[in-house]
Amino acid sequence: MNFTSLDLQLLNTCAALLLLVSFAMLSQRRIVSLVNLLALQGTLLCAATLLLAWRTGQHHLYLSAALTLALKVVGLPWLLHRLIRRLEVYWDTEPLINMPGAMLVGLVTVVFAFGLAQPIAELASTATRNAIGIAVAVILLAFITMITRRKAMSQVVGFLSMENGLFFGAMSATYGMPMVVELGVALDVLVAVLVLGIFFFQIREQFDSLDLHHLESLREDQ
Amino acid sequence: MEPVLSPLDACLVLLTGWIVVGAAGMLRRGNVVFVARVLFPLGALIGVGLAVVAGWSLALPAERVTLLIGLPDLPFHLRLDPLSRTFLALLGAASAGVSIFAGGYFRKGQGTAPGVLGLQYHLFLASMGFVLLADDAYAFMVAWETMAVASYFLVTSQHGLPEIRSAGFLYLLIAHVGAIAILLSFGILQGGTWQFTFDAMRAAELSPTWAAAAFGLALFGFGAKAGLLPTHVWLPEAHPAAPSPVSALMSGVMLKTAVYGVLRVTFDLLGEPAWWWGLVPVVLGLATALFGVVFAAAQTDMKRLLAYSSIENIGVLFTGIGLAIVFHGVGMQALATLALVAVLYHAVNHAFMKSLLFLGTGAVLHATGERNLGRLGGLIHRMPWVAWLTLVGVLAISGLPPLNGFVSEWLLLQAFLFSHEVPHPFVNMLLPLGAAIVALAAALAAYVMVKFFGVVFLGQPREPGLAHAHDAGRLERLGLVWLALGCVLLGLFPAQVIDALGATTTQLIGSVPPQGASPWWMLAPLPDRQVSYAPLVLLAVIAVVLATTSVVVRRVYRRDVRRAPAWDCGFARVDARMQDTAEGFGQPIRHIFQGFFSMERELPSAFDRAPRYRVVVGDRIWRLVYEPLGGRVQRIADSLAWLQQGRISAYLTYSFVTLVTLLAVVL
Repeated sequence: MNFTSLDLQLLNTCAALLLLVSFAMLSQRRIVSLVNLLALQGTLLCAATLLLAWRTGQHHLYLSAALTLALKVVGLPWLLHRLIRRLEVYWDTEPLINMPGAMLVGLVTVVFAFGLAQPIAELASTATRNAIGIAVAVILLAFITMITRRKAMSQVVGFLSMENGLFFGAMSATYGMPMVVELGVALDVLVAVLVLGIFFFQIREQFDSLDLHHLESLREDQ
Repeated sequence: MEPVLSPLDACLVLLTGWIVVGAAGMLRRGNVVFVARVLFPLGALIGVGLAVVAGWSLALPAERVTLLIGLPDLPFHLRLDPLSRTFLALLGAASAGVSIFAGGYFRKGQGTAPGVLGLQYHLFLASMGFVLLADDAYAFMVAWETMAVASYFLVTSQHGLPEIRSAGFLYLLIAHVGAIAILLSFGILQGGTWQFTFDAMRAAELSPTWAAAAFGLALFGFGAKAGLLPTHVWLPEAHPAAPSPVSALMSGVMLKTAVYGVLRVTFDLLGEPAWWWGLVPVVLGLATALFGVVFAAAQTDMKRLLAYSSIENIGVLFTGIGLAIVFHGVGMQALATLALVAVLYHAVNHAFMKSLLFLGTGAVLHATGERNLGRLGGLIHRMPWVAWLTLVGVLAISGLPPLNGFVSEWLLLQAFLFSHEVPHPFVNMLLPLGAAIVALAAALAAYVMVKFFGVVFLGQPREPGLAHAHDAGRLERLGLVWLALGCVLLGLFPAQVIDALGATTTQLIGSVPPQGASPWWMLAPLPDRQVSYAPLVLLAVIAVVLATTSVVVRRVYRRDVRRAPAWDCGFARVDARMQDTAEGFGQPIRHIFQGFFSMERELPSAFDRAPRYRVVVGDRIWRLVYEPLGGRVQRIADSLAWLQQGRISAYLTYSFVTLVTLLAVVL
């Protein structure tokens, strides 16, 4: 378990790129590009996992890297692309907060996330503990992405990005969750996307649009 | 000879049997004949079995078992001791009569499918059994809530009607508020040990303040289930809504589980109750008794009337519990035992007589489709079985000797009459006044029952449709006879019943009711005080007087019964509408106790072309307590309603803010 400085450099680069991709997702309005960014995030995650697996010699990390590749780089993006084509939603409408505003909120969140991660990082014994702050930041940024979007499709992408952040956090804090948990989460995500896909069709059928403000009429009137 | 099964095992087998019987109904849920004619009688047999097991083992020492099932890592503890045996016997015996009646009662086309109804019914019975057996707070609460939910579904079995749904909601609401109080009480009782078995609670040392708080919470929680003031409001709504056998079970048996709960917490778990706690149930009980009976007098719906009468009896029971606490606390053991015996005895009695009366109304309801007293009358000719058997229940609940209601009320009054010996000023002056209220309630109860029986069964039919009323079927009669027989036997052999209750009083307060040297047919609860009662002698006297009168009438006057029109004072036309009505019967009471009611009246003037008379009698407590409370809850809920924006991004923001806040707090 000896990390050379090059390994750490590489890992930290991956982490930094992850954060960058998160910001890119926050600002991207084309849904096709959003899905591509998600795939990119998955690739980075996969690379980081592989590197970690090779360096620490934890074999189960290879498995989770393979899982990430299959699900987050290939499977889900493909599924989403297909949905986009069939539903013909290529653009999200104007987000609720404009781009610079969202970026500013994102910056504050990142600062908060790093502040939050500091005590956790001190407790962790892993070489990658510095990346915990980035993982928390990715989670919170994905959350903001979900909040600011109007189209259901973008929210699903945000949700998946959040899952990526969680996965990365678990990896950098403890070298990955137990295999059972990981498999369970992966399956959950897959099922969630499938179910949401069905929902999209239902929503469009009902409202002739995937814009979520149509759902506002569902509140209880006083 | 060692029996194959210990009594506790036998009880478990029987309770499981109830669940199996209920589940069997789901196999053919639409089949009324199978469910009603096969399963319900089977359930009744199990009830008899339970009564026999519990009654036979009454004086045996307590036995316990830890079940393998339960919550994760918290197995259910069960325990069978004299207190639970007494109430299990009550449950078994009363439910047997109700079940056999229900076998003849449930028919097609009444809301819930018969199989589902059977499942709910038997689950209800089994959960009551488990409430009585539970020996840890978890098992108790699980059984208690199962009981509440099962009975809720039974109450709303005709859920097509909105008023039945709202009655069910009210019931469920109050049941849950009560359950929360009970849960909190258990939380205090564990006394910092975080062990929720009843054994740990018995061992826990509580400071007097905490003990009093636990007692208060338990009293409120169980009182909500029993219908103690001011949480009585669900009873008059839920009982008319439920099918009659269900009303019978709820009123006859379920309310008693609340009495059981108070006894269990007060005398068993808390150990040594302070004497002044008893004053709370005494005052509440007296108020409830008077309130219940006064409202019963003003009712025009026969099931509502019985529901209010149940409230009255619950009041009497809680008064007795309070007295027992006071006497026990000041060390007057003999009187404490007397009061406790009166409570247990009255609980058993009320189970029999109120079930009997509710089943009687059920039979009337089936035959006529009417609950309104104003549209009934003269049914004794059309339904002699129901009428005569109901008469037994009516006499019993009015507290007339030689039936059972008299014995327990007499015992309670005896206890009250010696309360002036309590060594505390004011208390010893005021408590005897309670005896006056109990006596007033008992007298008014008799008045109410005269009204009930008179308006329904005597006089002339008020509606032409009543001529087609039919008497109860064979299974229904069997159920009624069973319960009526219970009333008679419990009334005729009080000394034996009290002997049997000795084990329970020993367990609770450590002393047995003295029997002295009186013969077996004589009841002398306080041997040194010169009071005694011999029901068999009284019965013999009554029989002799009746026989002599009848002989005199037949022989001396030599006249058979002659039917002729009543004298009409020379007035041209007298019809059935001119009989005294339920409203008329209630009028003096409404007048005297005007302060109790909030009345809405519509009186016709002498010159009205289409005269209308209408009185709506409302409950003041509803307006004073529930409406402001409900309004406040509604306002708080309204002020929070803006949270529901309907926008997903708003909801996501809530999660985000919550997450960030929590993380910041952790930081």
